[in-house]
Amino acid sequence: MASEEMEQLVRREYKQGFVTDIESDTVPPGLDESVIAFISQKKEEPQWMLEWRLEAYRRWLDMTPPSWAHLDYPPIDYQAISYYSAPKKPEDRPQSLDEVDPKLLETYEKLGIPLHERAALAGVAVDAVFDSVSVTTTFKEKLHEAGVIFCSISEAIREYPELVRQYLGTVVPQSDNFFAALNSAVFTDGSFVYVPEGVTCPMELSTYFRINAANTGQFERTLIICDKQAQVSYLEGCTAPQRDENQLHAAVVELVALEDAYIKYSTVQNWYPGDEDGKGGIYNFVTKRGDCRGDRSRISWTQVETGSAITWKYPSCVLRGKESIGEFYSVAVTNGRQQADTGTKMIHIGENTRSTIISKGIAAGRSDQAYRGLVKIGSRAKGARNYTQCDSLLIGDQCGAHTFPYQEIGNSTATVEHEATTSKIADDQLFYCRARGIDEEDAVSMIVNGFCKDVFQELPMEFAVEAEALLNVTLEGSVG
Amino acid sequence: MSAPERFLERLTARRAEDPSWVAARRQAGAARFEALGFPTRRDEEWKYTDVRRIAEGDFALATDAGYDAEGFEVQRLELDAYRLVLVDGVFSAELSRLEGLPAGVVVEPLSQALADNHEAVGGSLGRLAGVDFSPFTALNTAFADEGVVVRLSPGTVVDKPIYVLMLSRAGGQPVMSHPRVLIEAGARSEATVVEHYTGEPEAANFTNVVTEVLLERSAIVDHYKLQETGSSDMHVASIHVEQARDSRFASFNLHLGGALVRNDLVADLNAEGAETTYNGLFFVQGRQHVDNHTLVNHNAPRTFSNENYKGILDERSHGVFNGKVFVKKDAQQIEAYQNNANLLLSDRAEIDTKPELVIYADDVKCSHGATTGQLDEEAVYALRTRGIDEPMARALLTLAFAGEVMERVKLNAVAERVERAVAGRLPERFNLADLVETAEAVQES
Repeated sequence: MASEEMEQLVRREYKQGFVTDIESDTVPPGLDESVIAFISQKKEEPQWMLEWRLEAYRRWLDMTPPSWAHLDYPPIDYQAISYYSAPKKPEDRPQSLDEVDPKLLETYEKLGIPLHERAALAGVAVDAVFDSVSVTTTFKEKLHEAGVIFCSISEAIREYPELVRQYLGTVVPQSDNFFAALNSAVFTDGSFVYVPEGVTCPMELSTYFRINAANTGQFERTLIICDKQAQVSYLEGCTAPQRDENQLHAAVVELVALEDAYIKYSTVQNWYPGDEDGKGGIYNFVTKRGDCRGDRSRISWTQVETGSAITWKYPSCVLRGKESIGEFYSVAVTNGRQQADTGTKMIHIGENTRSTIISKGIAAGRSDQAYRGLVKIGSRAKGARNYTQCDSLLIGDQCGAHTFPYQEIGNSTATVEHEATTSKIADDQLFYCRARGIDEEDAVSMIVNGFCKDVFQELPMEFAVEAEALLNVTLEGSVG
Repeated sequence: MSAPERFLERLTARRAEDPSWVAARRQAGAARFEALGFPTRRDEEWKYTDVRRIAEGDFALATDAGYDAEGFEVQRLELDAYRLVLVDGVFSAELSRLEGLPAGVVVEPLSQALADNHEAVGGSLGRLAGVDFSPFTALNTAFADEGVVVRLSPGTVVDKPIYVLMLSRAGGQPVMSHPRVLIEAGARSEATVVEHYTGEPEAANFTNVVTEVLLERSAIVDHYKLQETGSSDMHVASIHVEQARDSRFASFNLHLGGALVRNDLVADLNAEGAETTYNGLFFVQGRQHVDNHTLVNHNAPRTFSNENYKGILDERSHGVFNGKVFVKKDAQQIEAYQNNANLLLSDRAEIDTKPELVIYADDVKCSHGATTGQLDEEAVYALRTRGIDEPMARALLTLAFAGEVMERVKLNAVAERVERAVAGRLPERFNLADLVETAEAVQES
């Protein structure tokens, strides 16, 4: 394809960029103990929660942002960020879709996520996070019948303090890393899920995250607990409106799987990546970790990462229980000036633990992408097994793809395999398609989707469709 | 006194007659080392290797090159070669055999090269291995006054290997040596260079060697490094290679000995058609620690690299492999393959491996693989059905694992030395000849 044509196609516009104007209840930029007290008070939190936040804040003050990632961005001024923003009148929060601000519904319409329709058709309960406060929760009744708790974390802190207190921070401790500590101090919302013993959650749980009010970072905290023999599939997806200031997003997700439990966590991330010079995109620094605490438990991460200017994200599994299983399936697509440093950690502690890592990276435009992973086999993890496959596809000669897999193996009965490849779309593959009347754009789309197939097939059905569409939009015109 | 100061204090003794450029470079090395200090595990490059055993040591400098004649005969390789011997970093004219070198070939101790015509060395020495590469290169630069210079005129093909033997002695205060090896291969020249580190089994010295290899257009160099010092010796080495158009370099990095071994291997492929091959094997036992860091820089289009490192770890040993392939922007049509396989023979052994790819060009074929596991029980069983007892079966399979690297070794004396050592050091010791006989019998049946 001619290079001008290619460039033209690469210069796609962000299709989902628009700003909804909803009055926000926002604190002035800056962070100190009074801001944390304000957040805690706003959320009507018990005293222990405030203390927990303050402890995290004090630890955060002594920490420095990590610099080891293959990322390049100007230093973030944490005092220039506003740490709380909520849609107005939180006390009048809508109880059903009819009560939801029509403007918000309109926003979802534009995004192609007709909330009510989708929820009804797909049988999905949606806990939509609009900025920092949950504005609507559906299908609560049905979940209630099954005994599943699915609510915002703020609500959980008020309604189920014992559960939250028992598990919060046990997978990602307050001082785990710089961003996790910040999150622990200032998190404003996120989801809480508790699936009781023996229960298979009757529907897939889904939350759509949106970032809206200008100048507010979003700090979600999600905690999912699957009790013995319970199962849940959780979907997280997001898009964001176009704007010019960089926005910081530092979420923490904690998963706890007890004996024989199974948690499947799927993400489609499509935040604003910035304009063609990389200006204005979201900074996404996320700590996601699952703890396979019980024997034979299983945690599966699937992610499709197409958005954000900066992605720093390593969904991990701590395989503590005997015969527990950790999985990581990832497709990361970067275009324009996007930078992504993402991967996973599989920490094998228990005997006969198994993990699988499939990572597909696609770099186009002038983007830079790195897979960074750790497979650690402890000295007591007899018979542990890992298989890792990470492949990178380069589209265009201005991008970079990197692989940094760490393996620390302390047990002779372990079997660890790692394979990685980096290549471009082969000319003969393209020619083959074109010889059959498929235009170049479609051919690339087919080849790329084929490249990602191993991951897409792990996604729940509705998500898989969305992911493929998203991939096509993201790569539109980046054919080389 | 800090550790760097204690090491640098030893510098004062000599050096009065240094030419000015040498003195300046040594000073730069000393200053850099003092500023950097010894690396700690907080440095990403040293994440898995703790060098405190070196930093806390008190090492003198050797002043003579006397060596036990009987030991020398046992330890040296049976190679028909041009031989240059250093004992604890001091040149031994007595043990070296450099007569009969073909025209166009220079092999001499660094001290002599500096004394005869120091300017001829000045342009190359330290060009590839700068003092910023690591604290140990800086330390080496501060001390370097002995080593080996190999220079090949354009078109020269050396008929026999060039054998550099570095011996380590036991008894008395441990010593340190900072040898420097410089290999300049002119256009279309060909040579095989063997660096062999061995010595008295009880030696507990610290060797810190820097090797620089410059390959001009179409030059071919095979570089062997066999490290089999005693189990208390400490060894830090870096090998820096620069390759011009159509040149071919092959490294054989074979590590069997030492308490603490760190080896850096870096090749810069600077022009089209340059090709580099890294072959590595390490076999460690007891509390041995071996760390291999390799880097291939594809700085030009149409350059090729192929790397295969194998590790066998027994008892409480610790192995580290960090292999990095870098492809520069616009360096298109690259092929780079890397493989690291590790065999763990004991529950308490540990291997940390990190095969990295850093790629800034799109028309590339790059892949890496890393595997760690144990012997295939099916294969053990298959051999046992042929009447071979279990220890023997395991020994054969372990040797076969090493075989993939060893079969590329072109020097029989080196291959045999390594294979014999592996066989003889397995949990149940074997005689290589017995293993070979059994293997042949299996093949015939």
